[in-house]
Parts: sequence; C-alpha cells; structure tokens
Amino acid sequence: MNLLDRKLLRDLLRLKGQTLTIALVVAVGVGSYITLRTTWRALGHARAAYYENYRFADVFAGLKRAPDAVADRLEELPGVSKAYPRIVEQVLLPIDGMITPARGALVSVPTHGRSPLNDVLLTAGRMPEPGRSGEVVVYEPFADAHGLTPGSTLPAILNGKLHDLIVVGVGMSPEFVFAVDPGSIVVDDARYGPLWMSRDSVAAAFQMEGAFNNVVMRLEPGASRESVLVGVDRILKPYGGLGAQTRKHQMSHSILTGELQQIESLVLFLPVVFLAVAAFLLNVVFSRLVALQRSQIAIVKALGYGNATVAAHYLKMVGVIVLLGSIFGVMLGVWMGNGLLDLFAQSFRLPMVRGRVDLFVSVNAILASFAAGAAGISISVSRAVSLPPAEAMRPPAPARYRASAIERFPLLRRVANTTMMVLREIWRRPLRTLVSSLGIAFAVAIVILGRFGEDAMQPILDMEFGKKQREDITVVLSEHAPEGSLGYMASLPGVLHAEGLRMTPVRMRVGPRWRDTVLIGIPRGSTLRRLYDVSEEEVTVPHTGVLVTSILAEVLGAEPNDLIEVELKEGDRSTRHLRLTGTVEESFGLQGYMEKDELHTFLREGTTFDTAMLRVDPKYESELQSRLTDIPRVQSIARKRNVLHKFEGQTRRTREIVTMILTLFAIAIAVAVVYNNARVSLSMRSRDLATLRVLGFTRTEVSSILLGEQALQVLVGVPIGMVFGAWGAETLVNQQADPEQFRLPLMISQQTYAVAVLVIVVSAILSSLLVRRRIDELDLVGVLKTRE
Amino acid sequence: MAETQDREIVLAAHGVTKTYRMGDVDVHALRGVNVGLHKGELMVLLGPSGSGKSTLLNILGGLDVATEGRVTYLGQDLTTAGDRELTRFRRQHVGFVFQFYNLIPSLTARENVALVTEISERPLDPSDALSLVGLAERVDHFPSQLSGGEQQRVAIARAVAKQPDILLCDEPTGALDFKTGIKVLEVIDEVNRSLGTTTAVITHHAPLASMADRVVSLSDGRIQEDRRNDDKIAPKELSW
Repeated sequence: MNLLDRKLLRDLLRLKGQTLTIALVVAVGVGSYITLRTTWRALGHARAAYYENYRFADVFAGLKRAPDAVADRLEELPGVSKAYPRIVEQVLLPIDGMITPARGALVSVPTHGRSPLNDVLLTAGRMPEPGRSGEVVVYEPFADAHGLTPGSTLPAILNGKLHDLIVVGVGMSPEFVFAVDPGSIVVDDARYGPLWMSRDSVAAAFQMEGAFNNVVMRLEPGASRESVLVGVDRILKPYGGLGAQTRKHQMSHSILTGELQQIESLVLFLPVVFLAVAAFLLNVVFSRLVALQRSQIAIVKALGYGNATVAAHYLKMVGVIVLLGSIFGVMLGVWMGNGLLDLFAQSFRLPMVRGRVDLFVSVNAILASFAAGAAGISISVSRAVSLPPAEAMRPPAPARYRASAIERFPLLRRVANTTMMVLREIWRRPLRTLVSSLGIAFAVAIVILGRFGEDAMQPILDMEFGKKQREDITVVLSEHAPEGSLGYMASLPGVLHAEGLRMTPVRMRVGPRWRDTVLIGIPRGSTLRRLYDVSEEEVTVPHTGVLVTSILAEVLGAEPNDLIEVELKEGDRSTRHLRLTGTVEESFGLQGYMEKDELHTFLREGTTFDTAMLRVDPKYESELQSRLTDIPRVQSIARKRNVLHKFEGQTRRTREIVTMILTLFAIAIAVAVVYNNARVSLSMRSRDLATLRVLGFTRTEVSSILLGEQALQVLVGVPIGMVFGAWGAETLVNQQADPEQFRLPLMISQQTYAVAVLVIVVSAILSSLLVRRRIDELDLVGVLKTRE
Repeated sequence: MAETQDREIVLAAHGVTKTYRMGDVDVHALRGVNVGLHKGELMVLLGPSGSGKSTLLNILGGLDVATEGRVTYLGQDLTTAGDRELTRFRRQHVGFVFQFYNLIPSLTARENVALVTEISERPLDPSDALSLVGLAERVDHFPSQLSGGEQQRVAIARAVAKQPDILLCDEPTGALDFKTGIKVLEVIDEVNRSLGTTTAVITHHAPLASMADRVVSLSDGRIQEDRRNDDKIAPKELSW
C-alpha cells in the first residue's frame, strides 16, 4: 500500500462518523433502486411471459347466451385473430365450517386439448378428462386456503343443485393474477376463486349445450381496439351482450398494471433523492477536509506529486465511501427486493423467478452512486489542486462576513449576538442551508408518502361500511325476484329488518361516449342504504331521473339536466332515456342511482329485487345462514363484518412494512444531513466556540449556537417537506390503476404530518446530540493558541 | 502604586504544578508555583517560551486545572471547582486577551463586545468600552475590516466591558509591530488605572516589565524572581 493510500485509510477512520452516515445514505439509494427496479423488472417480465405463454386475451365480453356459431362471426371481424367462446358461471361453494358459502367463478375449458386463450397453468394434478363429469381444477390460493389437493371433493351449487365436485388439479391463469370477487373490494383466498371444468360438464349442468355466455379474443398486432369493440357489441347485442372491454378494464390486469406504474414512478424518485443527498454531503464534508488539508496538499505537491495524483487521492476516498455504501446497498436491495416480491406474491398470483440479483440493475446503481459522489466532490478537489504549493501552504484568508440583508428587518436588529452569529453564518452559505433544508424536506416527504395511504383508507372504510352499507348481511340473487321473496327473508328467525335493492346492467351513452354500468334502485326512505359524497355530505336519491357518480358524468361528458341514452341489458334490451338530475362523488365504480319504484317504472316491470339487505340479530346468524343458502337463486351471501375484517388484515401488513421501510430511509437522510453539517460546522467554528467558552459562555449556550444552525435548517425544511409530501401523495394517487373502478381520495391526516415532523425532528435532535458531545470536549487552550 | 503590594490578594496559586502528557512523554510545565495577584496591580509575568507562563495564566483564569496545588480567588478554593463553577468564575470575574485576538469573524466590533455585556451583571456600554480603547469610530466594522492592532484593541474592549475583577493578557502584543504594540499596552495600562482592574500581562519581552507594578519571572516551571517595580514608566516611554 503506498503512503497516500495509508493516509487515505487513516483519514477515513478518523472521519468514521461521516463515512458511515454518508455510506448509509448511498446504501439506501442503491438499495432502493435495486429493490424497486428488480421488483419492477421481475414483475414486468413475469407478467409478459405469463401472458404470452398462457395466451392472455385482449378483449373480453360477457353475454346471456349465444350459439357457438356466433363465435365464428366474431373471429371474422377485422383485427380479431382468435375468438374463444366459453361458459362462465358464478357458483356457491358451501364448504363445511364456513358460515357463509364461498363463491367461485366456474370457467369452462375445452373438453379436448388446452384453452386457446387464457390457458390454465397447472401446479398440481391434471386437467379434467373427457367423459368424467364433476372433475375440476381449483385456483391454487383457494386450494391452499382449504387444503384441497387432487383427490379432494368440493361441494358446489350448480344451477341450484348441490354437487360434490372432484378436485383433479390445482392451477392458475393469467386472467386471475389478482382474483377478487366481482363487486367485492377484498382479495379473500378462502372465499373466492375460479374453478375450471370441462366444457361438456359445465354445459350439462347449466343447459348450455352448443352455446356460450362469455367470449375472449386475441387481436392481431395493430388492430383498432375501438372498432373491434363496436363490432363485438353489434354481433352480441341480440344475444344479450353485456358490453365488450379491453384488457385495460379487466380487473386483474388493471390492478396489476397500476401496481407496476406505482413502482415505476418510485424507481427514479427515491434513488435520485438519496444519491443527490449523498453527493451533497460528500461535497460538504470534502470541502472542509480539503480546506483543512490545504497545507498537506501543498507539501505533497512540493514533494513532486502531480495534480492528478492528488485529485485521484480524494476521488479514491469518495470511492471507498461509495463502495462501502454500495456493498451494503446491494445486500439491502436483494433482501428488500425479495421481500417486496414475496409481498406481491401474496396478492398477485403469477409464476415468478425469485432470489436472483439483477446484475445489470446493481451495476447501474453503483455507477450512478459513484457519479453522484464524484460530482459532489469535484469542486473542492479541483480547487485544492489548482493552488500553487507556496500559496496553499499559507493559511487561507480570514472569512469575510457582512451584515446580511435580512438584518434590515427591525425585529432582527434586536436579536442576541449569538443568534446573529447563527444568522450570518447561514447568510454566508445560503446554498448549503437551502440544500440541507431540501434534504430534510425530502425526509419529511418520504415519511408522509409511507403513511398517507392509511389516512385515505380508513375514512373510505368508515364511509362504505359505516355510513352507506348499513346491513349486516347482503344476499345477492342470480336473477331478480318478486318482492314476496324478500318478505320470506324478513320472516326468517333473527332478521330484524330487510330491504331490497334492484340492480340492472345498462350501457349509458351521451353522444359518442358510453360506458357499461349498472343502475341501482334504492327504496325511498331506505335505512340500510344511504348515499354520501366523499365530503361526507348525505346525498338523497332524486324522486325522478338518475343520479350518477361524478366520474361517470365526467366520462360521459354529461351535465345535470342532460338526457342520457340507456340501453338495457336485460328484459327487452330496448334503448330508453333518463334525465341526469345530479352527481355524487364516490370512491368506487361507475354507477347510477334511482329511486327503486322509479326504476321499476323505467324498466316497465313490477316490484322486484335482486339484492337483499338484512339487519340481523347476531345470535341467529349461523342458523339464518343455512336457511338463506337453501333459497334457490341465491348467488352470494356476504357478511359485512367478514369483508371489513379481511380487508383490514389484508392491507395492514403490507402498509406497515412499507411505512416502516420508508420511515427508516427518511431517518437515514435526516441523521446524515444533520450529523455531517454539524460536524463540519463544528470543525469550521471550533475557534469561535472555544472563544465563547473562554469568555464565560456555558456549554449549553455554545452548543445552542452550533445546533441553532441545524435547527434552522430543519425548521425551514419541515414545512417544505409537508408540501413535497402532499405533492408526492397527489402524484401517486393520480397514478392509480383505473380511476373508473376505484378512486383513492387524496387525504393526509394531521396525524401523518405530525408523525413525519416528529420522526425527523427527533432524528435531527439525536444526531445533534452526538455532535454536542464533541463541543463538551473542545480543547479551549489548544484552539486559542493556534492561528487557524 | 507601590502600596498595592500591601493590598488584598485577589487571585493566588499555592504550590501549583502542572504535568502534561505529550504523546509518550510527561512535560512538567509548572513545578510548585506560589504567586498572588494583588488588588488593582498590574503584574508582568516574564519568561522565555516554554517557561510555563501561559500554563500558569490559564490555570489562574480557570481555563485549565492544576495537577497539584491550589488556586484561590478571594480566599475561595477553585481547585475543586467543576466545569460549571469555572465557567461561572470566568463569566463573572475574568477578562482574557490573547495573542491572536480570537474575535468572532461574523460579528462587528460592537457585537463582539456586546457578546460579553449580554451575559454580564454590571457591564459597560459596548460603545463606551470601544471608546476606552480608542475605537469609537470603528464600532460597526467586522474583524476582517480591522488591522491587527485594532482587532487586539477590540479584544481588550471585549475583555474589560464586563468590568472584570481580573484581566489576564497572554502575549497581547505578540502578533503586533512595535508601534501598534505600544498602543495596545497603553490601553491595558489605561484600563488598569482608570477602572482599577487587577491585571496580569504575560510576555517573553523583558522591556515590558518597566510598565508593571510588579514583575514575576518564570523559568522552567519555577518562579525565579518576584519583585516590585518602583520605577514604573508609561508604555509610551518603553523602547526595545
């Protein structure tokens, strides 16, 4: 090892506090980049491969019933390369031990051969064999939740009749990467999962021989989606078509895409913040180091070392710090990347390759951090080597101060001289103060970003399950039924109150714009279903006309009093008109609300219902359960308490982990910024501070001068950070998957702001205290005896 | 001021020794020093560099602690005082002037003086203190805008502004040329006479002894001589 390198190691050891804190920030930058980028690439690749290998469809359409020949007409549409007709039915799965039956989407697969589109990936067992009715392949998470393996039996109500299905395989499919019960907001592996059964068996159970009620299509490259959708809807209209949609509105795809977009937006943001902070801190620390080593540089140059050697010496120092951070960062990145993928694997089911360090990503991250470090110190190093040795050996000229402009404020002219020292110091280096404050601001913002999701979620849950849906049990029928059945349900033991809703699928159209949606009829004066705006104002359903969610009005470009064209998707499927009487801003979905009687009139039908809302005495709940299951045409029974519980459990763990990681990241920034600034400040001002101690100032008084600077930086940074946090949150909210399905309102609670400020302020105070110890150890006599 | 010798002893060292550890060797800076500062006198502490005079001054001023022996202020023992008590002692009773001025570069002359008056019980007005050292016209200048002599005079103004009982000056003219040095010594003399501040001036420069009431010579950590100067002259009459 040459002597300069030995000096380098000793210098770094002496600066171990600075070395470690800066390396930590580099590590977080490198680590977060590797984590996010690896996850993003792994998910993206896994999705692309899965979609490709299992032939994920481009267009999806549901319908009432059409003969198989209609599929050939669909395939002839320009742009369609393959149309695959199938049967999809919702079934109840009354598994022993569950209070309410689970639900399944029974999807037909070809009796012979594989599905041409949306194929099944078998993870155990085999596909159903021809001629063996009742054989099914079960969705893997559902099978895991119930301990189902090939050979198990699974009770299912198919078309009103109880069957014991035989599980022959376990699998998954690209259309169910994110499998959520339609109409629910929760992934609940135990309560919902698709099942695959041979086409012949499904057709036999549902009297669908030679017909289909669902079709998926693959498009040719460059095909016009819009014209395909129009063509499909035109062909399927006579067969009860429910409206074709592209992948964009396919639930599983759109939620997965939304997640990928959120990661993508963080992939740049987080690492850039951390590496910029690291570069800045390297600049602060090395400017000081070079200033202190001015005479050493001169001597080394006088001895005959060249500028390049001296410059390389300092660059190497930075290299060591960056390398240290990078090594830790790569380990952090691999560990967190796997953790994040595991978290995703809990909600998103797709075959993923795991535990692999993405070398390309790691090298990128390390190079970027080297570049940031080198940029950070380039000015101080070039200043150091440009001085002729003789000049560098003389002490630098004394610092020049002047009265700062802010002192013109009369209020500031009266401050104590010690305060004035703080103000002038900051005024002399406004950029350093500003950048330090920005670092603190980012730290505050990162804590806010880690927590704000919770703020929006709780009010939504309170709103949906506390204020809007006031029933205990929701029973959905497969078809609307006369109101008399509701009377029967109301008379069941334990039912305290029952109300019926009427829902009907429609296509709403204003001019060229349209959306497939649902009209919901709510009884006048309903006590179990109320409507609220996101601002928590109650909204009453108008006696006439339709009230739609504001996003639907926006999509249609409709204003109150406009006429909306409504194509019915049941009954005579005719086209009628409704007047828009108002909008309501809700978090979920595109839908229209009418008074129930008004909806009956509009549909030209008698009083019916298809969804029953029941208020129930908890004592009778399980008995009531089995009575409800026995009612024909019951499609689902949901207990509000279960849904809520599941939802909170499902999201809490993920959110807690994300919150914790981001908070630790933010603390790393705050500690590094405050600690390094304070150390450098102490080094530059030890003479002033020692003078004050000699003059009779106490340690506390002297510390307050040094730490006052840091406090001011934090004070400036905190409010900026709150603004940054709000911006960041808004950006993330705007990147949500599909605002037509779900809108997370931008909500940041005072508690979140308070926690963010508290975390950063406490980190800053603790790092200051580390430096304060050094003030106590100031060598008063030594400092004063030497000329700087 | 021959009679000062009979006056009360304000600050005293009793058998003070000081041993430093410099790397691997022990340096005996003071070896049993007994000396007292009498109220109102101007004492010059003479000695070559390395004789221990600065160490003695630092111990007397509460900047450093003795390895052995006692230091008393008005009979009160400072030897056992902790950092808090020593800080209070410096704050209330001692003014320091150093060779390298040690002004705060970010504060003007007036503010440097006010730094001390803010924490004192019966301070002079900062402007008055600066007038006393002949800098009434330069009060709003920053240190970087003042000459060395002017900076040292600001340091003296800062030291006396709190009306300390004792003024301790460590080579106050060490960094100055002759003419400027004389000016600074005149200020110190003026403070001693007009405010009656007990003053100790350290120097390695023998001619300065002529302006003192009392001259103490130090060599190799021991007192060589402690004599009254009955032929005290004004600083402007000094020559070397």
